[in-house]
Amino acid sequence: MPPPTDDPENGRPPLRRSAAFSPEVIAEIQRAADQGIYDIRGFGTLRKLPSFDDLVLLGASISRYPLEGYRERCATNVTLGTRFAKKPLELKIPITIAGMSFGALSASAKRALGQGASAAGTSTTTGDGGMSEEERQASSTLVYQVLPSRYGQDPAHMRRCEAIEIVVGQGAKPGGGGMLLGQKITERIAEMRTLPAGIDQRSACRHPDWTGPDDLEIKIRELREITDWEKPIYVKVGSARPKYDVALAVKAGADVVVLDGMQGGTGATQDVFIEHAGIPTLPALRQAVEALQELGMHRKVQLVISGGIRSGADVAKALAMGADAVSIGTAALIALNCNRPLHVDDYRALGTEPGACHHCHTGRCPVGITTQDPALEARLDVAEGARRVRNYLTTLTLETQTLARACGKSHVLNLEPEDLAALTVEAAAMAGVPLAGTDWIPGR
Amino acid sequence: MTDSAIAIDLAQTSVRALNERLHRLPADTNERLWRIGNPQGAHAVAAGLTVPIQIEIDGHVGYYCAGMNEQATVTVHGHAGTGLAENIMSGVVRVTGNASQSAAASGRGGLVVIEGDASARCGISMKGVDIVVGGSIGHMSCFMGQAGSLVVCGDAGADLGDSLYEAEIFVAGAVTSLGADCIEKPMTQADVARVADLLARAGIAADAARFRHYGSARQLYHFHVDHAAAY
Repeated sequence: MPPPTDDPENGRPPLRRSAAFSPEVIAEIQRAADQGIYDIRGFGTLRKLPSFDDLVLLGASISRYPLEGYRERCATNVTLGTRFAKKPLELKIPITIAGMSFGALSASAKRALGQGASAAGTSTTTGDGGMSEEERQASSTLVYQVLPSRYGQDPAHMRRCEAIEIVVGQGAKPGGGGMLLGQKITERIAEMRTLPAGIDQRSACRHPDWTGPDDLEIKIRELREITDWEKPIYVKVGSARPKYDVALAVKAGADVVVLDGMQGGTGATQDVFIEHAGIPTLPALRQAVEALQELGMHRKVQLVISGGIRSGADVAKALAMGADAVSIGTAALIALNCNRPLHVDDYRALGTEPGACHHCHTGRCPVGITTQDPALEARLDVAEGARRVRNYLTTLTLETQTLARACGKSHVLNLEPEDLAALTVEAAAMAGVPLAGTDWIPGR
Repeated sequence: MTDSAIAIDLAQTSVRALNERLHRLPADTNERLWRIGNPQGAHAVAAGLTVPIQIEIDGHVGYYCAGMNEQATVTVHGHAGTGLAENIMSGVVRVTGNASQSAAASGRGGLVVIEGDASARCGISMKGVDIVVGGSIGHMSCFMGQAGSLVVCGDAGADLGDSLYEAEIFVAGAVTSLGADCIEKPMTQADVARVADLLARAGIAADAARFRHYGSARQLYHFHVDHAAAY
């Protein structure tokens, strides 16, 4: 019998390729050797990580009683900021749009997100570079980010928004500052950020006027004073040490903690940062919930989780683990046509294909989302984009309700850890729920 | 303007009550002169003002005094804690004593005058504010400064103007060291006039011709392998 071959013509034995030095690794080493500088890109982590896919929901049977799928009410409203703020946010659904800057995104993308989210009854969030009028007009509920860079920070804008989010970090790069490459720094973006046009903009990784949790407490109090204690104050952290960071945010006086897992997206970050810093959303969420429970603050300080949320199943599992709401960024952009096979030649000109594009940093987004080029931006129809975002949010909500009803819940926030099982030992340990078919939670 | 100041004693009134009252003032208020007593290091005193009133604070204040100020003129007759006039948009904030770290951080307009010394990170991330310091400033001042002028009559600590954008720095005394991408530039007649004008507006007597000028070398404006050593 002839030996096995992957080249029948020449009868050569199958080629053996290194697992450590895969084609992607070889290409990256040779790119680094050519260019002498790290790779910067957009999107989020590309490698497989433990995720909500590794959990399943336990529908009702005899021991639990389900709700009728299409008839019995399963509420989805959520209130954020009940701890100190005079005017907490009342959202119709527990799914919000994460902070993404005007600069990283086109004005049309920000408008489409705002209109779509408003139609679905939820909030959007500003981003580095401040608030644009288009965004304010488009979003019925807008969260104003206070970032380390303070680009475009304006107290008048802050007062016009419904909540304030102090951004300490983000999941794609906990400990790192932002960047916006020169090709996206148009005259308008430069003016909003008080920067020269066309430069590679660096954002600080630390806030300029506070340096630790004790300072943060005083900072939060200042923001409350400036906004007369009306606005909920969120604190957003990237997931690195959520047990401590969440506890410190609560201690500092946050109304809401936003925790962004490792799968969170970015407009431009070093690849090595995206793939190798922080912990996945799954264990981060569990640690955050435990921190709140230890402080007796679970459900008193609301927890918003983000980083890799794609479906109603992800939403339901996140709520069951103890989140009060989720936030989506990348998925909302995909709803807007990110990575859709339109203008395929333009994807190829970037050296990529639809479905594999992570070239947000270039400003050459083929579908008009992460660009400041007027011709490319014109490809994004705002009304159509808003419709798609609304539909996507509606679908996520319906999926969440479907699963919640099956678990016997009349409100999606009634989902609980007992409704979950894990498919892998790793996920069981990270999420703190039993391995399916057992009562075993590793480490307990 | 009323003839006499409206007196608020922070030993008797909370900062919240004070700020709420100040925030409710309409732009055309006749209650234009306020005198605040017994601040005793309280935080966020007179933060978030939006109208052209005059605030005189007798004593030391804590963090974020006159934070995000718009239009108001605030004078602290004492020392100020961290983040004095942070993100100031307009108006004038003055401290007769010293200011702690991050004075006028990310300020976008207006004038901040520190008659004594300022600590570390003075003018960090400044975006258009003008700052005049009668004494010296600490390390990492004007870090990532984007716009505006920082005038220092005394000395500057280490790493002045690190990662500077387009803010301009003028120092009369010694500079311990310059940060990445910050260089000395020629002191032109226009620069002398600019410093003289700022000193006059600040009410600080100094010879503008004695100052040296520092600004961005603009070498870090683009990510490039040849700049790697500077990062």
